[in-house]
Amino acid sequence: MSTLQQLREAFRTALDLPADAPVDDLQYQDNEKWDSLAHMSLIAALEDEFGVMIDTDDVINLSSFQEAIKILGKYGVDISE
Amino acid sequence: MSVFTLPQAEKEEVLLTELSALTEHHRRNSEPYARILAASGFEKADSVAELPWLPVRLFKSLELKSIPDDEVFKVLTSSGTTGEVSRIYLDKHAAAEQTRRLGATVQTVLGPKRLPMLLVDTKAMLKDRKSFSARGAGVLGMSTFGRDHVWALDNDGVVDLDAIRGFLDKHGDAPFLIFGFTFLVWLHLYEVARDNGLDLSNGILIHSGGWKKLIDQAVSPDEFRARLAGVGLTNVHNYYGMVEQIGTVFLEGPSGGSLYCPDFADVIVRDPITWRELPPGETGLLEVISTLPTSYPGHVLLTEDLGVVHGVDDGDWPGKRFSVLGRLPRAEARGCSDTYREAA
Repeated sequence: MSTLQQLREAFRTALDLPADAPVDDLQYQDNEKWDSLAHMSLIAALEDEFGVMIDTDDVINLSSFQEAIKILGKYGVDISE
Repeated sequence: MSVFTLPQAEKEEVLLTELSALTEHHRRNSEPYARILAASGFEKADSVAELPWLPVRLFKSLELKSIPDDEVFKVLTSSGTTGEVSRIYLDKHAAAEQTRRLGATVQTVLGPKRLPMLLVDTKAMLKDRKSFSARGAGVLGMSTFGRDHVWALDNDGVVDLDAIRGFLDKHGDAPFLIFGFTFLVWLHLYEVARDNGLDLSNGILIHSGGWKKLIDQAVSPDEFRARLAGVGLTNVHNYYGMVEQIGTVFLEGPSGGSLYCPDFADVIVRDPITWRELPPGETGLLEVISTLPTSYPGHVLLTEDLGVVHGVDDGDWPGKRFSVLGRLPRAEARGCSDTYREAA
């Protein structure tokens, strides 16, 4: 599985979305499933999946799927097909 | 990085400019606010203390917002003891900004890394994820700053000693975060730690929620601190904040006994009869000031809490340091907002 697929899976699981739900354009709190409680599950899922420890500022700034790709990049995780 | 950097004179210069602009912004965008200002005869402030304040309870009776309906992103509510509810309207920008500023404030004492976090509360509180209590919202807001969250109380609100022991076994030998409401920390953590010999010496405690219940048990803030030190917990930070100024918290400094104002906020103590600003050492009503409320006119608020400024530029961090001493008796507080209701 590519890291991009891994990331999509992590989003779907943490946000309790169907297996085929499109997630690449998701924005924090635009989707009703992505509320502040789900945000903490999502962060934990990303940390587990990619073996990183995300700092507080990045938790706050991780406000979209695309932003997640950028932030994970800072921690040395290359998200690609 | 700290948000506790500005000496008082410098801070007031910055705040006066920003808050005067905010006052104009709200005057232009909130009709009820414009009417209140007109009735009060306010034109211009030459000092922070001259900025026009609103009694905090006005948010319970008036819809005060400075954004169009279709930009309302979140409505926060706080229920007071009487069941009246404040309604605070945030747009996207204000919602994001309040999280960032709270983050920056708390990182002053926690650092940039998220620490393992022991929550002195019960997860059951978050069961209905559409409508949290103010307590639930506080816990949730703070959990951003932690990782590997463990709840110290089970779903029935009973101390879960196994969970606490498990947390300490795993995380107790490096810095960890403890968060909870003051009274719960006393009853469900301090007493449990003391009776079971738990080692909390690597903990950093952040707590809030008023002293009334503790003072009823004859536990003063000093005593609270001293007794926690007895179970090794010496990094202790009380904070004061309210939903009407969401994102702004006044944080207790490392040596204890005083709350400090972040660079974007300040407090003024007023005589409850003449409204005159009181000098350090004199007790009066607390006015809280913050540049964060951009979507509603909550930038200068007169609270119903009594407080005292202990000193200026003479503590752990620059600026004013103060304490909150409890609530003003209700009848008197009602008097002051009635004046405003007439004006509105």
